[in-house]
Amino acid sequence: MTSRIFGSGIRRREDPRLITGQATYTDDIKLQHMAYAAIKRSPHAHARIRSVDTSAALSAPGVVAVYTGADTDGVLNPIPCAWVVPDSDVKTVPHPAIAKDVVRYVGDAVAVVVAESRYQAEDAIDLINVDYETLPAVVNPEAAMQDGAPQLHEDAPNNQAFHWVASGGDTDAAFSSAEVVVRETIIQQKLIPNAIEPRSAVATWLSATGELTLWSSSQNPHICRFVTFLVTGVPEHKIRVIAPEVGGGFGSKTPIYADEMIACFCSMRLGRPVKWTETRSENYQATIHGRDHVEYVELAATREGKITGLRTKVYAAMGAYLSTAATGIPTILHGLIYAGTYDIPNVKADIYGVFTTTTPVDLYRGAGRPEATFLLERLVNLLADELGLDPVEVRRRNLIPKFEDGHDVAMGITYDSGDYELTLDMALEHVNYQQLREEQARLRESNQYMGIGVTCYCEICGLGPSQVAHAVGFGAGLWESATIRFHPTGTVNIFVGTSPHGQGEETTFAQILSDELGVAVDDIEVIHGDTDTTPQGWGTYGSRTTAVGGVAVALAARKIRDKGKALAAHLLEAAEADIEYEDGKFFVRGSPDQSKTIQDIALMANLAYDMPEGMEPGLEASAFYDPPNFTYPFGTHVAVVMVDPENGHIELRSYLAVDDCGPQINPVIVAGQVHGGVVQGAGQALWEGAVYDDNGQLLTGSMMDYALPRAHMLPDIETLSTVTPSPHNPLGVKGIGETGTIASTITIYNAVLDALKPLGVTHLDMPLTSEKVWRAIHQRG
Amino acid sequence: MAKIPISMTINGKVHQAEVDPRLLLVHFIREDVGLTGTKIGCDTSQCGACVVMMNGSTVKSCTCLAVQADGADIMTIEGLATDGNLHPIQEAFWDNHGLQCGYCTAGMIMTSVELLQRNPHPTSDQVRAGLEGNLCRCTGYQNIVKSVLAAAEKMGG
Repeated sequence: MTSRIFGSGIRRREDPRLITGQATYTDDIKLQHMAYAAIKRSPHAHARIRSVDTSAALSAPGVVAVYTGADTDGVLNPIPCAWVVPDSDVKTVPHPAIAKDVVRYVGDAVAVVVAESRYQAEDAIDLINVDYETLPAVVNPEAAMQDGAPQLHEDAPNNQAFHWVASGGDTDAAFSSAEVVVRETIIQQKLIPNAIEPRSAVATWLSATGELTLWSSSQNPHICRFVTFLVTGVPEHKIRVIAPEVGGGFGSKTPIYADEMIACFCSMRLGRPVKWTETRSENYQATIHGRDHVEYVELAATREGKITGLRTKVYAAMGAYLSTAATGIPTILHGLIYAGTYDIPNVKADIYGVFTTTTPVDLYRGAGRPEATFLLERLVNLLADELGLDPVEVRRRNLIPKFEDGHDVAMGITYDSGDYELTLDMALEHVNYQQLREEQARLRESNQYMGIGVTCYCEICGLGPSQVAHAVGFGAGLWESATIRFHPTGTVNIFVGTSPHGQGEETTFAQILSDELGVAVDDIEVIHGDTDTTPQGWGTYGSRTTAVGGVAVALAARKIRDKGKALAAHLLEAAEADIEYEDGKFFVRGSPDQSKTIQDIALMANLAYDMPEGMEPGLEASAFYDPPNFTYPFGTHVAVVMVDPENGHIELRSYLAVDDCGPQINPVIVAGQVHGGVVQGAGQALWEGAVYDDNGQLLTGSMMDYALPRAHMLPDIETLSTVTPSPHNPLGVKGIGETGTIASTITIYNAVLDALKPLGVTHLDMPLTSEKVWRAIHQRG
Repeated sequence: MAKIPISMTINGKVHQAEVDPRLLLVHFIREDVGLTGTKIGCDTSQCGACVVMMNGSTVKSCTCLAVQADGADIMTIEGLATDGNLHPIQEAFWDNHGLQCGYCTAGMIMTSVELLQRNPHPTSDQVRAGLEGNLCRCTGYQNIVKSVLAAAEKMGG
């Protein structure tokens, strides 16, 4: 048998245009008569707008128009939040595209200038004079809920955006009867996603036809189209959203922002194409942030190390407004997965969503699940310390045994499949765990501090069944679609509703089709990212593109195969029941010479002069796939660090990721996802953090101040995998885009704290900067 | 603002224009000349997406005025392949999955060109150090480093 294309690490099909500079990202688009927008943003975290004087800006060179909140008020509807978690008193406060009365974070839009050039637009925003009455700011979500805290929204007393409680079992009883309880306070610092492409929008309005076209650096053009309808009132069928090449997103290009809607407004007012592209500093203020929790967490256990309960109280910052998916992140994507890979009968999440005078928080790689994995795996290590057990041993005593077809957990969800001990064993064997512990002991004798972190994780992704989406308040379907169109020459286009932006599905979807129908990958093009040419879909986020969209491709291919079989039977003058299919050929059972290739079938179906009675011409099929469950990839990660007590420097010595995402369509792409994910998680552990002062000023306001991982700060990440297919989709695949980030932050954090154990340091807040580590060591003498 | 006449060669072709003295080289290349392969990822000279070759050395074209490049010989990502053949570094990035979203790629490749000119036999650590001025958020750098090492080998350095 020739090697199977499904599972082969072939080179990516999207790369030639990217390595030659021929790809088109939104900011590369230039239309005739296009004008340029720049947005005036609030320098204050919280202020009342007394007046906006635009006269000087209006008379500046090249300025075409200046609009303020007074212009958009009543014309643009508020920017909606699409995820309203039920039974949690969500306050969907209005979020005007341009603030008219009150600004609520540094970066809130107060006006927009449209000019003939970008330079002229930028010049003119400095000429807008806004008279502010400053109001007090509050940046910490726990502080924001205290009496007397500055209030952001009239309709949200104590800044409470929502209160969500979920539990399974009897957690209070588990804690009151617990032999051991360990507790921790965890600050999940605010993070800035930093897709290297800044957000950009080009809007063009045709007044004669009422058609609006929006190029947008979006992860989900169809959702963008829907929200553009909600905000502008232009009917959905008259809106075309195109996400051309998109330069990374990591969740931050999932929300629909005010800025894109402002670009649409400008174009509709002026009858000209309008481009807006954010600067990086603007990105830091106006593109969503991630994480930002204050967490009080505790674990109950027996003296033998059997975990009996997990309980949390979390203050999750929402920032100034509810961004598109904000309420779902610290709730559904967080609390439901609390038990991770362990058999924990009693679990309770008590989560407050809180408004703060900061940039809104929304989906950022992992979104809720890194925070969940962090608190669980930190508590397990603290439990091990408390009991004097090896942290791996505590994990072993609690792992859910292998299961292949569903496992119900206390929080009411059903994991698809798992073999947690397998990845743990593989990881420990690969790093030679026992030997590492011996080395650690030896090094400690000479005052060298090595630390080992081991994480067992599983996560919830591949979003998800639409019924569940509805039940948890997400205002969108979560199915995916694919249309496969065979041309007369036997080449193929696949049109999909997902919208990859770096994840490589132009390659992996072609591999799926090639595997199903025997068409060479080079004869397939995957078309995505344009609402006018692709079928409805819900976008690329939540590690769903392959697990949902890829399955839609396979199912559409199977419809093509069925039609091919019927047509082949007709052409070969055989009964359909006697036709077999293999490797792109339909043949009469027992007579492999009597055959038609898929290309023959494509030609004959398109020419259509010799079709069976009643069969439609053409060779095209669509499939819509709504998964019956989420997917639950899992694995074990191991980090080894060296901490220098003299200067607090942390060296990430090695990192191993053993992951199980079911069958891998392209293992090279899978490993690439893991590398990138692990490094993003490492960034949170060691370097990154959005720092605000008490006035709500973002101190880490540029790439000069926000420490992103760079090449020289990192070792090679080792990747291994096991294969446990999901029983809940026909390909058995699970998401892999976020696992690295979900596991690595706590793995590295636990490794550092393990290194510092002999020095008496048991807690540090992230990021674990050298200064913080040095101070912690030396404060303890 | 009085415009200033400039002339420079970009990818072997002479471009003449009258520009504002404050016009950034990257905007001249992208907006005036129309070569959009060079990207802008930040405003503080940190990300390296805008790296081009100027007179044989890399420069962050967002931190250089177009007038400073008057008379210069510039090469952008569009000028790297010759006669339709990919440069070995481009080929290596493709072979080794050295990119995901592609936005940092032009800068990464141009930086790698200079890196291998200066040090044809780099170690992995030297490649990592050499890419310090270029940010990638997708790959964790690992396959970029692998690509540069593979290119070095292929170029027989």
